[in-house]
Amino acid sequence: MTHKTIRVGGLTRVEGEGALLVRARDGRVTDLQLKIYEPPRFFEALLRGRAFDEPPDITARVCGICPVAYQMSACQALESACGVTVEGALRDLRLLLYYGEWIESHALHVYLLHAPDFLGFPSGVAMAASHRPAVERGLALKKAGNELVAAVGGRAIHPVNVRLGGFHRVPADLTPLAGPLRRALRAALDTVEWVSGFDFPDVEHDYRFLALRHPAEYAILSGDVAVSDGTAFPVHDWPRHVVEEQVRHSTALHARLDGRPGYLTGPLARYALNAPLLSPLALRAAAEAGLGRVCRNPFRSIVVRAVEIVHACEEALRLIDRYVPPDEPAMPVAARPGVGHGASEAPRGTLYHRYRIDEDGLIAEADIVPPTAQNQARIEDDLRALVEPRLGLPVARLTELCERAIRNHDPCISCSAHFLDLSLRHG
Amino acid sequence: MRKLAVWKFASCDGCQLTLLDCEDELLSVAATIDLAYFLEASSARGAGPYDLSLVEGSISTPDDVERIKHVRRVSRHLVTIGACATSGGVQALRNLAGVREFAAVVYARPDHIEALERSTPISAHVPVDFELRGCPIDKRQLLEVIGAFLAGRRPAVPAHSVCVECKARGNPCVLVAHGTPCLGPVTQAGCGALCPAFNRGCFGCFGPMESPNAAALNARLRAAGMTGDELARVYRTFNVTSFGGSSDA
Repeated sequence: MTHKTIRVGGLTRVEGEGALLVRARDGRVTDLQLKIYEPPRFFEALLRGRAFDEPPDITARVCGICPVAYQMSACQALESACGVTVEGALRDLRLLLYYGEWIESHALHVYLLHAPDFLGFPSGVAMAASHRPAVERGLALKKAGNELVAAVGGRAIHPVNVRLGGFHRVPADLTPLAGPLRRALRAALDTVEWVSGFDFPDVEHDYRFLALRHPAEYAILSGDVAVSDGTAFPVHDWPRHVVEEQVRHSTALHARLDGRPGYLTGPLARYALNAPLLSPLALRAAAEAGLGRVCRNPFRSIVVRAVEIVHACEEALRLIDRYVPPDEPAMPVAARPGVGHGASEAPRGTLYHRYRIDEDGLIAEADIVPPTAQNQARIEDDLRALVEPRLGLPVARLTELCERAIRNHDPCISCSAHFLDLSLRHG
Repeated sequence: MRKLAVWKFASCDGCQLTLLDCEDELLSVAATIDLAYFLEASSARGAGPYDLSLVEGSISTPDDVERIKHVRRVSRHLVTIGACATSGGVQALRNLAGVREFAAVVYARPDHIEALERSTPISAHVPVDFELRGCPIDKRQLLEVIGAFLAGRRPAVPAHSVCVECKARGNPCVLVAHGTPCLGPVTQAGCGALCPAFNRGCFGCFGPMESPNAAALNARLRAAGMTGDELARVYRTFNVTSFGGSSDA
């Protein structure tokens, strides 16, 4: 029996720390473990005993790339516990803030983390040597997103302006944001055209998708939970459908949906479940990019992200156009004992929060289910399907393919509990 | 060209992201200093030693303790960036409770989780050449730090309180004018007095200023109606270790 062990340093161009172990026997993968060894930070534990209105500021610190998602899911869970629904201009402002995060986070992933895979560069910065106009376009797009987050939220990373019921201060006028966003919209359309011309491996997976669904919007801020098998459930039923379990090889928990592991949340899921609700320009860009009604090729997720940037820019412009400052920056939210659930679409997928507030207005229990914990088992399935027919390839080539397959999902490993240590064992 | 390395320990990635968020400056920074090792941004792993290492995150696992010693050995200058690296971060709240209890809340098999009893700043383990504060750090201050190390001088980063920035910005004092609890008087400047500009009290992202008079502030906060529990909590966020983890900070 021959044993072969290969090691490559941490997985790169992802947020967090991870490793991959593959065992194979007679040309078959017998064991495959995506190991997330990011140190646990215990947010759900440290939230206990905090005041009911603190989780938006504290959970923002789970992730520097998508703090708004944490703030939005936390706010909605706590507001629902307190019997408050934020509507009208305040909800519009929350959406606008969230579109800003989508633009900056997707632009970061598309240009600096993912595109180098297709063009053969180690980084976005290295790519700038021969693709400078594209990299500059990406940086400008990312900047437009960050400026939008800063204008509404106060700061691009860990915004300070969000509170239960709305905001601490609302902007008097959003029109100065329109010019930069119109330029960003053009850059986003150019991005779709640019990435759709990349050379994509011919891979398709039979994904089971999960995403929020809203009757009138391409769901980001709120909605019911929809699954591609045709079922749907309200967010407060999440614990009945999604169960997290600990696996020995990872500090990130694995989620099961209705008893089965291996579902996918994120851009491919949102597109499959909600594409008809994309903005007009985003829909047209998707059609011109040849995405089809459902995209099952994970390598093409970069195209879906680019389409989502178009959507975010166009919708943000629409919100700015119709913005009338609300009379009050926030609706009053008083603590009351009970349980609240909240979910929103982080750039990487559905982010669920649940809190129980006690009689003293303190957090008694907190539960956070980030997108990467949900996707982890499905990413392992992607890797298995990719590796098995290619076990004969040199390990360096195989590692590169695996890293690419993982990056397709833009895993935010810091959220879920960095990157790739491939151990391949031929038994 | 001199070499820059960026390292990550327990953290949210927000401080190293701040470098990528220098959209207007990133390509010129890269033309000035070789981004030799920066896993979040590049698959290329340029070999050390490195002239400047930026370290994000706190030390929270046995492996971290060994890894930071390696980082120190391969770094000519080591600068910590952000509240986690300079103070232990929000995850240092475990220091007040107990990591086993925390692990039991989150994991069904806490015995499978390797984590240290305490989350500690980098300076608790290795000598640090400069600490850049903030949760997250400020982009302008980061560029100042990189520029200063390239020029061989100390970074010009203020050690005075947020109150000074508030006055410079023309913010009304939220504590005096609105009775809003605010940590500005004891918190180091750097954010540009952001929270008071948004009509809320400072919650201490940049940690304590050089000589904080917490006793005086606490008397004022109590007079404004804060209870002991609230007072304790307000110091116990992202810089719990450097604020002393209590209202007696």
